[in-house]
Amino acid sequence: MQKFIPFFTIFNKELNRFFRIWTQTLLPPVINQVLYFLVFGTFIGQAIGQINGLSYIEFIIPGLVAMTVLNGAFMNVVSSFFGAKFQRQIEELLVSPITTHTIILGYTLAGMCRGIIVGALVYLTSQVFVSTTIVNPLFLLVMVFLASFVFAQAGLSNAIFARKFDDVNIFPTFILRPLIYFGGVFYSIANLPAKWQFMTKVNPIFYMVDGFRYGFFGVSELQANYAFVILGVFAIGFYSFNYYLISNGVRLKS
Amino acid sequence: MNQFALEIKGLKKTYKGGVHALKSINLEIPKGSFFGLLGENGAGKTTTIGIITDLVKKNSGTVKVFGFDIDENLIDAKKQVAVVPQEFNFNIFEKVEDILTYQAGYYGIPKSEAKTRIDKLLKDLDLEDKRKVPSRMLSGGMKRRLMIARALILEPKLLILDEPTAGVDVLLRQQTWDYLKKLNQSGITILLTTHYLEEAEQLCDQIAVIKKGEIVICDRKENLLKSLTKKTYILDFDRKPQSINGYQCQIVENSLEVTLTKGQQLQQLLSDLNQSAELLDIRHKSNRLEQVYLDLLNSN
Repeated sequence: MQKFIPFFTIFNKELNRFFRIWTQTLLPPVINQVLYFLVFGTFIGQAIGQINGLSYIEFIIPGLVAMTVLNGAFMNVVSSFFGAKFQRQIEELLVSPITTHTIILGYTLAGMCRGIIVGALVYLTSQVFVSTTIVNPLFLLVMVFLASFVFAQAGLSNAIFARKFDDVNIFPTFILRPLIYFGGVFYSIANLPAKWQFMTKVNPIFYMVDGFRYGFFGVSELQANYAFVILGVFAIGFYSFNYYLISNGVRLKS
Repeated sequence: MNQFALEIKGLKKTYKGGVHALKSINLEIPKGSFFGLLGENGAGKTTTIGIITDLVKKNSGTVKVFGFDIDENLIDAKKQVAVVPQEFNFNIFEKVEDILTYQAGYYGIPKSEAKTRIDKLLKDLDLEDKRKVPSRMLSGGMKRRLMIARALILEPKLLILDEPTAGVDVLLRQQTWDYLKKLNQSGITILLTTHYLEEAEQLCDQIAVIKKGEIVICDRKENLLKSLTKKTYILDFDRKPQSINGYQCQIVENSLEVTLTKGQQLQQLLSDLNQSAELLDIRHKSNRLEQVYLDLLNSN
């Protein structure tokens, strides 16, 4: 059991951090998504009607939950790890006999927890607007774990490469946000022209949103299992990449 | 059985941009010693410490900590060492107690054991009443003591202190020295880098001087002090004194600075004093190690 103490130390430290600043970490995504439910789901959604047998507000719930989960996981790791790097607390970890796997998993699992907690809060909030039942809970659970794992890993890579605070926002602003908005959160791929259908199909976020929608309502626009494959590939890819970066001290050691 | 806490052989480091920080240094620090590594800013002290603690990647050479080679057995080597860095590097939002608990956790120390150690360290370092205080609220001296506590919670065999008393007031510095002496007497090997040569003279039994990435001398303190060729004394009088023939003298207000070269004795100087002014006091102008150090740095 003693060999797991370093892992639980990082994990607990990270949990304490985001619970301590819950007004910055847990509350904003819930408020943000309430606005989406209200404006898009309720006000505009009534005019749109049904998509794939779902009311518009039901249709956007899976995408908004997915968006929250991956943003939460990503932001927790990127801000915490970069903060530690910037203030040089990361040296505490680097000089200690902690393995690279422990560092990666400690940060990643804490990031996943934040993503999952805010995702659950957003789902619960959505029930104020429309009552829904989760059709494939196990499928959804695996999707949530995989998606949060991948984006926590992406956050770690971003934090390692970031040299200044501005760099922390490059990936979420210029890559992640466009991918989410063009990832089928708010529309069905069937309603798009062929060119945009193709653009959507090369967007990995689309498969994730589609997978979440299958988990919530049993409805998907493509094979929902594709999401597992894509997330699995990204999970292995990011993990290996982060392992390489940390064990070689890239942008961490001189 | 290995007699060295730290063995460094042929250690080289060149930073990106071509700065040769270390040019093949060799160093052996015996177990239980209080070892001083002295050098100017940029001489290579922090780079050496960085390599030992795995914060800086070396180009070549070997480093063994209590026999554990950092290339072959890094985890075991790291378990022997704790470092007090020059700059504060703890989370300013965390409480004192949490910083210490987390540090213990990184080294696999169970919480119950960590708590016992924290209680003792906070008492020893006079931080007991700051246990629940966020570290940003501490004074500079308290932060420095927290850094020492954070290192000692690991109960290391080798303690590395990089300028531990920088920015610390005189009283606290003296208390820190006393504490470090006790630690050393309890068996912990200490590697100290400092700009305060008085600190090195007070604490260290062995001293190495590093200059432009090379160790220029490494010897026991007594041997270094024996090599002194000049000593300067300040003689205070009740009024302006006069120079003494045969001695290198400088008059500063009511004081006379006399530099004795090798062969000249203080006793002889006192008997050669032929002043109408009354002698009030006599003292060293600077600490002796400082003179050795300056001689070394000024030599080719």
